[in-house]
Amino acid sequence: MQDQPPGDEALSVVALRAEKASEAPVKDWSAMLAELAISRDRQLFIRLFRHFSPRIKGYIMKLGLTEATAEELTQEAMLSVWRKTHLYDPGKAAASTWIYTLARNLSIDWMRKQKYPESDLDSWHEEAGEPPVLELAEQAVMSDQVAMAIRQLPDNQAQVIIMSFYEGRSHSEIADRLSIPLGSVKSRIRLASEKLKQALRGNHDH
Amino acid sequence: MTINHHLDEATLFSYVAGALGQGPALVVASHLAMCNLCRQRCRELEAIGGALLENIALAAVSDSTLASVLDRLDQDIIPEAAARPAPVANSEIPAPLASYVGDSLEDLSWKKLVPGVWVHDLPSQGKGITRLLRVAPGKAALPHSHRGSELTLLLRGSYSDEVGRFSTGDVADLDDQITHQPLVDSDHDCICLIATEYPLRYTTLFGKITQPLFGF
Repeated sequence: MQDQPPGDEALSVVALRAEKASEAPVKDWSAMLAELAISRDRQLFIRLFRHFSPRIKGYIMKLGLTEATAEELTQEAMLSVWRKTHLYDPGKAAASTWIYTLARNLSIDWMRKQKYPESDLDSWHEEAGEPPVLELAEQAVMSDQVAMAIRQLPDNQAQVIIMSFYEGRSHSEIADRLSIPLGSVKSRIRLASEKLKQALRGNHDH
Repeated sequence: MTINHHLDEATLFSYVAGALGQGPALVVASHLAMCNLCRQRCRELEAIGGALLENIALAAVSDSTLASVLDRLDQDIIPEAAARPAPVANSEIPAPLASYVGDSLEDLSWKKLVPGVWVHDLPSQGKGITRLLRVAPGKAALPHSHRGSELTLLLRGSYSDEVGRFSTGDVADLDDQITHQPLVDSDHDCICLIATEYPLRYTTLFGKITQPLFGF
């Protein structure tokens, strides 16, 4: 596959067994996820599982769900990864991004007992004309850039980002909890969002 | 379809974070189904979610969990695609909304509020209201402001208000600072999908009197 880095074309079962899963850079997770759709290789799935399941479970527990629920939803999320890989397009998103949306939707559906409206997962392949959000080669550094950008946000912006992503709070809930006007919540989110996107693009530009 | 009014960055961000209520999320997903630009913006924000997932504190997952997932890989289930109603070609109903209303806006049970104004409520959790509003040409909604946000997606027809002119595919993403009175200016009924976080605040006596009757 042309997306793989030089010297890493041997996605053989033996090589997979020999390597520790956590050592692969992000770029390879995306290539591996795409490969899984074609090969249906269980060893490949196991590697993806070992990398992503502790992250998915960590995310779900941050959302405030119990460990037992997080465990159950993590299993469901990884089963979805196996069943839906044919919908994944590495040209559109990093594996971590795609798996994030899967885990997010499963968690919200569980919390609300009502399906989170999504326009995305089913249409990953329908928009052939759209440019990729990021080049695959750039995704390895991308998560570090974003993590750093979050650490550099002013406290009041970091706070609304955390309350949105990890606590799932709506604008009004955040406004109530922080005793600030709704408009201030929105403007803080807008400012933070622009900075995080710049972090993504900064990486994209060179 | 030319779309002139898009989602606010803060709204899209919260949608991607999974932090929007059910009704607002339905409006956002429906607009995304119609709008290439916002879909592109959404992808970019989802990459932030992916980056956060990569950097999150890990929670241990045992080998027995892996084993039970592996056991289930082959128990294949109904294909996901078949379980979901297929979007109708050339439909004015975006796919996320189709699972709520089916494939026709005409066949819905419309409840008349006042002459020329009908509503069809959608089941949704939370404090706010999610409904389809249908307004005849030349009719205006009652002037109102909001305590929280109001998201409106135009499915058919057009209207104008203090903010601008809205036609099919446009989304009005309003916060609590705005008081407006939309007036339908298309030559046929205007139908829109609306989600509010809280009940509206009518600014006229008539609105205040009729509100308890209509629950709007």
